[in-house]
Amino acid sequence: MQDEPLLEVRDLHVWFGLRRWGFGHAGVVRAVDGVSFTLRPGEAAAVVGESGSGKSTLAKAILGLNRPAKGQVIFEGKPLDSLKPREMRWYRSQLGYVQQDPYGALPPFMSVRRILGEPLVINKVGSKPEREQRIREALEEVKLTPVEDFLPKFPHMLSGGQQQRVVIARSTIMQPRLLVADEPVSMLDASVRVEILELLQKQQEAHNLLLIYITHDLSTARHFVQRILVMYAAKIVEQASVEQLLDNPLHPYTRALIAAIPEPDPENAATFKDVPPGEPPSLLHPPTGCRFHPRCPAFMKGICDVKEPPDFEPQVGHLVACWLYERGQVES
Amino acid sequence: MKENSLLYAQDLRLYFRTTRGAVQAVDRVSFTMDRRQALAVLGESGCGKSSLARAILRLLPRNVHTYSGELFLNNQDLMSMGEESFRQEVRWSGISLVAQAAMNSLNPVVRVGEQVAEPLEINQHLNRREARDRVRELLQMVGVPEDFLNRYPFELSGGMRQRVVIAMALVADPYLVILDEPTSALDVLTQANIMNVLKRIKEEKSTSFLLITHDIATSSELADQVAVMYAGQLVEVSDAASFFYQPLHPYSRKLMASVPRLRGGEKPEFIPGQPPSLINPPGGCRFANRCPFRFDRCQEDPPLVKVEQERWVKCWLYSADEES
Repeated sequence: MQDEPLLEVRDLHVWFGLRRWGFGHAGVVRAVDGVSFTLRPGEAAAVVGESGSGKSTLAKAILGLNRPAKGQVIFEGKPLDSLKPREMRWYRSQLGYVQQDPYGALPPFMSVRRILGEPLVINKVGSKPEREQRIREALEEVKLTPVEDFLPKFPHMLSGGQQQRVVIARSTIMQPRLLVADEPVSMLDASVRVEILELLQKQQEAHNLLLIYITHDLSTARHFVQRILVMYAAKIVEQASVEQLLDNPLHPYTRALIAAIPEPDPENAATFKDVPPGEPPSLLHPPTGCRFHPRCPAFMKGICDVKEPPDFEPQVGHLVACWLYERGQVES
Repeated sequence: MKENSLLYAQDLRLYFRTTRGAVQAVDRVSFTMDRRQALAVLGESGCGKSSLARAILRLLPRNVHTYSGELFLNNQDLMSMGEESFRQEVRWSGISLVAQAAMNSLNPVVRVGEQVAEPLEINQHLNRREARDRVRELLQMVGVPEDFLNRYPFELSGGMRQRVVIAMALVADPYLVILDEPTSALDVLTQANIMNVLKRIKEEKSTSFLLITHDIATSSELADQVAVMYAGQLVEVSDAASFFYQPLHPYSRKLMASVPRLRGGEKPEFIPGQPPSLINPPGGCRFANRCPFRFDRCQEDPPLVKVEQERWVKCWLYSADEES
């Protein structure tokens, strides 16, 4: 295709051992269990999933904060597990991370100037006046103006939305090529959310960043990314462009998710929503075969509960892990 | 207006004392709720939604500056009731509350069945078996499997705990249940499930609901009536059908436009600016500084006027009708 991939995740597994009484072995939580995808520079993709689906663990593995049990994260052709400590430092300078809780992400005793200056100092960028210049530009980009007013402020003096702008400014000040935003707006008010997401989108477009937006909210993902990866019980069940996924959802889980999301419509009060029974499975003992099979309306006995579905590609660029699409694959 | 209504509030105020002055969390709020109805109170965080719930249930903190107005439940004057009779006759048996994040406040060392049964044994003097039968019935209604009665809260998922908390609110058969952000911490599918449960309760038990939320889309699942709150005041009260079709107050319109839609519709917009401080809020319309339709008259405080059948708006754009 066009560009070389910037980030490749290949058969990634992240497992957490559970201990009993502080030691002894009680089992393994398979938080990410066989995830593969490829993303190119300048792409904006969302990983959509419910809480406990493993989306944050996936984000942390991409950031190099979790050690995968199996599989690889490959950045620019270099597998992370082969990087030496110095190369890892370089990798981290290529990364931006926007956390969910902006207040928790900002050191309370540092002024905005120091918060933004810290990454530059650590990476030994420029002279003091040059750094000051970069800090000012970063604040202007996130529209915290007049800059003079915000530089000496401490995090507690800012509103939630302003705090999140500081976090975004900090995450992009090293001019990274990959930005991971883990639920960046779920702690913010509805009226501010759109503003922050627009800002992220502008940053992404202006700097040709690869943006990975981790969220539970399919409706915001629709407006701010081009590609959506749907995660269920530690696996990616469907990936496609926004249009493909929303106009023609293939996986029964994706369909249920889309059907459950309300719009402000008075008709809603008159009807009951069709929700698949049960709850997401425990990742300690996930179901055999397809993990959605106990809740699936299209369950096929003897197939779905026995064999794990691989990714099928019924349309170009539209991958779905579901046995319904075993036939009718596109020729590749 | 107040005859035969379920809940009638007139000029309700709840101000808190702080070192910098009185915070006008609930300021001259008036509304009427009918029986078997669900009223959704919508607004951003800090607009006074939860304080309104506290004002209705008289759950007041120590730093109350002003608590005044009229409040009637089934034509009974709540404001003149003494604390003890209010506690016995109104709280839980008349109006119950599912507080924000209540599902995280279940007692971790008591089985959920016992927690739900407790008010039945203590207040309604049922014996253990009667209470247990009643709890079983209730939990079935909210969709909690029977064997969960003997489990501890940590063994339940968030959605199941939320159902238990809703069952607790229903245990004394109240006329009105106040739900403060009942689904905001839950996943999409769980959220749809809980809304289904609430709809069923409304149909089967004819319970009324006051739903406090910032989530307009979800509120449309339950609401018959909508009240939009901004900076401590109600700026629009409307029947749900007309509201979701076309909100009138400029703030309501902006709020509606900020909802990201999954189907059709425009790209969502944000509301520039911030709500005013509720300590010495500006005179006149409190939304004026963020309002695209601002004009001279907005320096005066607009009244909440009736503009259509079942629709009231607090905005000068709609006050001409009243004078004619």
